[in-house]
Amino acid sequence: MRYDIDGLIELGQRVVDAALKQGATVAEAVVGEGQHLSAKVRLGEPELVEEAGSKSLGLRVMRDQQVAVTHTSDLTPSGLQRVVEDALELARLSQADPFAGPPDRSQLSKVSEHIDLDLFDEQVDAIDAAAALDMAKRAERAALSSDARLKNSEGATVARQSGASALVTSGGFRAGTRGTYVSLVVSPVAEDEGGKRRTGYHWSARRHFAELDKPESVGEEAARRTLAKLGSRKIETQELPVVFDPDTARSIVGMLGGCVSGGSVWRRSSYLAERENTRVASDLVTIIDDPLMPRAPGSRAFDGEGLLSRRNVLVEQGILKQLLLDTYSARKLKRESTASASRGGSGGVGAGSSNLYLVPGTMTDAQLLASTERALYVTDMMGYGFNPVTGDFSRGASGFLIEKGQRMFPVSEVTVSLNLDELLQRIDAVSSELEMRTSTAAPMFRVSAMMVAGS
Amino acid sequence: MAAARYVAPFAPQGATPIDADTASRVLRIALEQGGDYADLFFEYNVSGSYSLEEGILRSAGRAVSMGLGVRVMKGDATGYAYVQELTPEAMAHAAKTAGQIASGGKPHAPVGVQSRELPMRYALALPSLETSGEHKRDLLMRADTAARAIDPRIVRVEASLSEELREILIATSDGKLVHDRQPLIRFGVRAIAEDKGKRQTGSSGGGGRLGLEYFDAQTPEHHAEQAVRHAIAMLDARESPAGELPVVLAPGESGILLHEAVGHGLEADFNRKGTSNYTNQIGQKVASDLCTVVDDATLHGSRGAINVDDEGNLPTSSVLIQNGVLADYMHDRHSAEHFKKAPSGNGRRESFQSHPMPRMTNTLLLAGPHDPEEIVKSVQRGIYARKFGGGQVDIGNGDFVFALTESYLIENGKITAPLKGVNLIGNGPEVMRRVSMLGHDLGVSDGIWTCGKDGQSVPVGVGCPTIKIEAMTVGGTQAG
Repeated sequence: MRYDIDGLIELGQRVVDAALKQGATVAEAVVGEGQHLSAKVRLGEPELVEEAGSKSLGLRVMRDQQVAVTHTSDLTPSGLQRVVEDALELARLSQADPFAGPPDRSQLSKVSEHIDLDLFDEQVDAIDAAAALDMAKRAERAALSSDARLKNSEGATVARQSGASALVTSGGFRAGTRGTYVSLVVSPVAEDEGGKRRTGYHWSARRHFAELDKPESVGEEAARRTLAKLGSRKIETQELPVVFDPDTARSIVGMLGGCVSGGSVWRRSSYLAERENTRVASDLVTIIDDPLMPRAPGSRAFDGEGLLSRRNVLVEQGILKQLLLDTYSARKLKRESTASASRGGSGGVGAGSSNLYLVPGTMTDAQLLASTERALYVTDMMGYGFNPVTGDFSRGASGFLIEKGQRMFPVSEVTVSLNLDELLQRIDAVSSELEMRTSTAAPMFRVSAMMVAGS
Repeated sequence: MAAARYVAPFAPQGATPIDADTASRVLRIALEQGGDYADLFFEYNVSGSYSLEEGILRSAGRAVSMGLGVRVMKGDATGYAYVQELTPEAMAHAAKTAGQIASGGKPHAPVGVQSRELPMRYALALPSLETSGEHKRDLLMRADTAARAIDPRIVRVEASLSEELREILIATSDGKLVHDRQPLIRFGVRAIAEDKGKRQTGSSGGGGRLGLEYFDAQTPEHHAEQAVRHAIAMLDARESPAGELPVVLAPGESGILLHEAVGHGLEADFNRKGTSNYTNQIGQKVASDLCTVVDDATLHGSRGAINVDDEGNLPTSSVLIQNGVLADYMHDRHSAEHFKKAPSGNGRRESFQSHPMPRMTNTLLLAGPHDPEEIVKSVQRGIYARKFGGGQVDIGNGDFVFALTESYLIENGKITAPLKGVNLIGNGPEVMRRVSMLGHDLGVSDGIWTCGKDGQSVPVGVGCPTIKIEAMTVGGTQAG
């Protein structure tokens, strides 16, 4: 066993005990340890090999209801002493928050209840620099050798991470978890007219090595995507149906995820505050947060406060049914926690998603596109054009113009705009193809009309 | 209060200083497998954060991180490894791991390093980390009280202060040994206004490589007022037009245009690899005659200022575009060697856990000849952009976006109705050629910007005068 979870728990317990001894009424420590390797190849030659391990500790303390959070990568005795002293000093400075407090002890999960979600793969953990460079080379070669117009490259990168973490709280919770994640991305460059370069990419990412796409197939797909962009042009400003591919669709699902998290709702920083049990999307839209999917990127058996993870249906056939809540936001909003606490490595706690996805529909990607009379098919979005308070959404986009189900030509330098509330209610088709490559995922979907600004 | 609490152990005044001999020893280990070049980047970072919401300081935080990053280069290949412990064994292990990139080569000749003096661009009167927590809490309280007092439609106020001290020591196999302490603060106020079923948000912030003396000039009340003004103005915001329109950019923050439209494309790594749309364009016309763009690390106390870059090179103020003609790229050591230029001091990295890349410091478009009022008057129908939420660029084709969080319609030469948040999209070289008027009112944005590249974040500054762009695509929702 590469990671000593019991050792991490022991370290966390020592720090929790020290904090309690120095006057904390609540102390919670998260200890994380990880190994990381990243290997990048460009034009067939190694460009960067990065390799390192790290370990750090985050601490949240309360003195009655005064809260502070500290973090350190200095795990020497003096470093640990400092992290505790700093936390208590800062807790004295912060002001009593009537809603602050740990979850009730009766809500904490027991280790015996924690499901094994199969998140760690020895084979990923064992990938060394030579193997990673070899995979990256194969992927890049597959891309560049597939077409003479691909003469340049931003490179191919294989990265693997493995790690373990433990949570120890003064309420009596003590447990750890470990996991792996491996990714491969290839980014070829094609020369276009007017000195422009078209950079496309494709990637695969998994917790288990056996499930990762083969380097050659990732490279070939990256080549297809890059070449398809050649000759991209602006289109005229018009209202059009818009099809979002899975990568852009997931970023829209992620925006919704932010707006249903407890923190943004009690802060009135969400356009969905006060919208529970009302229609927030078309009836084709069901959105689930499920931390219990085996081998999925965002899976966890328990949440960041030690509560037993559970599947939450957030939006059911277009109706907002449930917010994502941790103990604090639940108290603020007079609800129960949905076991959605996420505790960052830095020690702070907030409500967040685990594996957040849009439930697949009935048509395949090909059928969805074929059924589309005329639309902008968006494959890339740029920029930060979302205001969660109002739902206003406007981002740069590129992709293809679809007519009678066929790709006509590539489009770039346009924006797509529509308030998210309207956008979700105008979803009129959802594909059946969902892949959990990242912790927020969605199948392709179509919006019946959006403003596309171009020339 | 104790200043001595925050001194890097490896610093000359620290508990276990890294001297020239120790550094040379680790560099020799890094190069013993045949590398051409190696550097050591020691970093000690202490940061603090204070956030006030609903009238109370809800939480305070502090983080300490420390480590050593070792880089070894062989040709165009880089090996990188880092460790958190600074024991001789751990440092040697990192040096060996990074050195493997060159495995099979011949050991490098012995190296010696010598300490160098640096300029000082961030002398602080009141270092934030050494100032009492109560003082900082009061600053946040002042912002909260002020914001609430201005307008009853303000339903929520959030104020935050973050502080950081980044102490670095760099040793290179070409003989440099430098030490720097880089302070940074950032203050922000966000207000939410509600009226007649509408809800809007406004914000204001600033800071830099400054101490709490920053607040003498930019008071918490000033930021509160600006955040409230922004939120209240947005309550009346209407849908923004869609399509190509003339755009006038306010001085200061609009410098984000330069950062995205030309800045990233002029980072020399993309040009070394031939992946930027500015590749092989030196000496070519890439912007209108009015445009002179500089990257200036020397602006005292600014968020993007540095005394030394993260490879030990000394940055200055470099001219990137002179009267519309591309003059130079921004270099790190690697790209400078490729282009046979002196490094321009733009080699920066997020932390000891990351390798350096060419990055911007403070990117400015210099003042032009026009009266700002005349610029607005010259527009029949267009957009006036005042505050921004961030931007992004596609390096290869030069397409870039930036998000407007406060903008207005211009009608018949006058600034009129506020508009909802919207993105502008354009192509860097095309937009820069369409700069038809440039104000004499150069302003530098207050210190709020962070630039991301390849997953690494670094603080930067931007600045510009009032700018008129003949046409840009406005990503609103109203056609026509």
